[in-house]
Amino acid sequence: MYQYDNYDQTMVEQRVAQYRDQTRRFLAGELTEEQFRPLRLMNGLYVQIHAPMLRIAVPYGLMSSKQVRKIAEVSRKYDRGYVHFTTRTNFQMNWPTLESVPDILAELATVQMHGIQSSGNCIRNTTSDQLAGVNADEIEDPRPWCEIIRQWSTFHPEFAYLPRKFKIAVIGTKEDRAATQLHDIGLHLVKNHEGETGFEVLVGGGLGRTPILGQVIRPFLEKKDLLSYLEAILRVYNRLGRRDNKYKARIKITVREHGLSHIRELVEAEWVHIRKQLVLDDKEIARVKQYFTEPAYEASATDDVSFAQMQAEDAAFARWVKQNVVDHKVAGYKIAYISLKAPLVPPGDVTSDQLDVVADLADEFSMGEIRSSHNQNLLLSDVKQGDLYALWLRLQAEGLATANINTMADMICCPGLDFCGLANATSIPLAKEINERFDDLDYLYDLGDIKIKISGCMNGCAHQSVGHIGILGVDKKGEEWYQFTLGGSSEADASLGERLGRAIPKDEVVDTVATLLEVFKELRHEDELFLATVRRVGIDPFKERVYADN
Amino acid sequence: MQIIKDREIVEDNWLHLDDEAALVAGKITVSLTRWQEQHETLAKHEGGLGLRLTGDDPLEEIVPDLANFSLIVLIFPAFTDGRCYSFARLLRDRYHYTGEIRAQGDVLRDQLFYMSQSGINSFELANPEQMENALTAFNDFSESYQTTALKPDPLYRRR
Repeated sequence: MYQYDNYDQTMVEQRVAQYRDQTRRFLAGELTEEQFRPLRLMNGLYVQIHAPMLRIAVPYGLMSSKQVRKIAEVSRKYDRGYVHFTTRTNFQMNWPTLESVPDILAELATVQMHGIQSSGNCIRNTTSDQLAGVNADEIEDPRPWCEIIRQWSTFHPEFAYLPRKFKIAVIGTKEDRAATQLHDIGLHLVKNHEGETGFEVLVGGGLGRTPILGQVIRPFLEKKDLLSYLEAILRVYNRLGRRDNKYKARIKITVREHGLSHIRELVEAEWVHIRKQLVLDDKEIARVKQYFTEPAYEASATDDVSFAQMQAEDAAFARWVKQNVVDHKVAGYKIAYISLKAPLVPPGDVTSDQLDVVADLADEFSMGEIRSSHNQNLLLSDVKQGDLYALWLRLQAEGLATANINTMADMICCPGLDFCGLANATSIPLAKEINERFDDLDYLYDLGDIKIKISGCMNGCAHQSVGHIGILGVDKKGEEWYQFTLGGSSEADASLGERLGRAIPKDEVVDTVATLLEVFKELRHEDELFLATVRRVGIDPFKERVYADN
Repeated sequence: MQIIKDREIVEDNWLHLDDEAALVAGKITVSLTRWQEQHETLAKHEGGLGLRLTGDDPLEEIVPDLANFSLIVLIFPAFTDGRCYSFARLLRDRYHYTGEIRAQGDVLRDQLFYMSQSGINSFELANPEQMENALTAFNDFSESYQTTALKPDPLYRRR
């Protein structure tokens, strides 16, 4: 993975010093709350209901074991011994004090981590595919490009005060595990007719109150032009994006109001001017790529026979392998998901002690690297198949071997009313209730891949509008109600879910999920997946049954 | 009054004329509206002419007139309104404006670094009493990854 040189390290250290001084001036009354707000946000600090919340960037979801140990350490020292992983592969601490944040950031800077631009109306952490570099279907590894974008976007002087937040995601496969169509800019590594690799550029996707899928602004962009094209889009957006209404300020609205073809004309006209100046040198591309070369995989890893044998002998291990382990591009190696969706634990949460174990396991079994995914899970990406049983035993001992990846229990859920100042309704307790009701793993496996996403308000942090089942909390005269949508997807076949009908009271939410599943089981063809059934039959059969009783 | 110019606190005697105010001798700035209405008179003004722009103004339309101005004032109605960062950048890089570019309005210490990287070289602070401390802002970072108005080459060419 990328390693900081003196320039990178100096910049994060200077950032800590700058923020320490800003915090001091705020506490001394020299900065008003309003003046301090964007400054703290651009260092990841929100002020929430109970306490501040600090979001730390995990660039494109990649961490070293050393970094994970440091996360464990600071969450023990400055928080309550756990952290929360988000859908944008970052992590959050829920209980730090405002005064301690400069110290937390200073400690994280020692392991090349930071909260830079993890919030605020600026270019956020660039995200990617959690299987980048290790899956066989890849056109090219997207991570070097993410790192190039990270450096370009970090402290970009022109784009620190955009109309609204700005998110970029990059993938190198046809399959989309990073929800790129729901980003302000989505970048897909593709091959053109001449067989050259470049980027397909999407613009104007986003969730929140007005979910919109991104559209192709440029079908093929040469790789060396990446930064000039991004800069052109950002400059057009910075000048044109609405600043009068924060709900209309995202680039998705700019694109909708001005039309894609007009935006494209403006961007291309801007790009002509800056293309030459910002062309990426081969030398720089090579410099960054050298940090993402393949590790020394052992050819002898395929000799192992224990993997098949242990699956035959231990049904629980076999279940975990089937659900949580996926193929690696190198024979003899596998990718293991560590589910952060254990029943009764808030989705995405992991304790400091568990993080220490994960770091040890990464050192022992997976080249010392850990990844975080859009679905709020962790992964070990380079495990020899012969090591999987030993790994699984250790994970099991820590409560980290829940075999539920991509099942209905692998829910995405926002912090909700329990933690967030914006929320109208709770979300985590609902996820718990759903998990309690549907705790039979065989039933979950039989249902197959079902993505439930629960957001506590219109801001849609859990991406409910692209959930196979989306559940959105709304406030009705001080009571919590929930709006269901069906048939959404954030993958390559992205679509926005369709509203099931009127909102449902809180105490009927779990029953409603049960009803939806019953209808699905009746209508599904053999092993058809939930999304496919909904797309085939439409939402009417679901609607009729859910609202039949009341 | 005092302003920060080229990283120093200096006395400044530019007069920012309202659209209704009568023309006076000496260094004056006018709004884009006034420039458009009275450009023939104003072009002959001696003693220094400056133009005030907001993020709403059509920057590209005044490019042919730039030679008339020894000062461009960019107005920040709120420090969170980032449009004029792009204006500054374009004035320097694309339109090769070499005169003074000044930030006016909600101009605070914590935005000075980015403003200066974008090409703004003088600042009328919203809180003039913080001017002395604000001078340190230009040293918040010793490097920038990007191509900026101050460093035409990105960091990777220096690595």
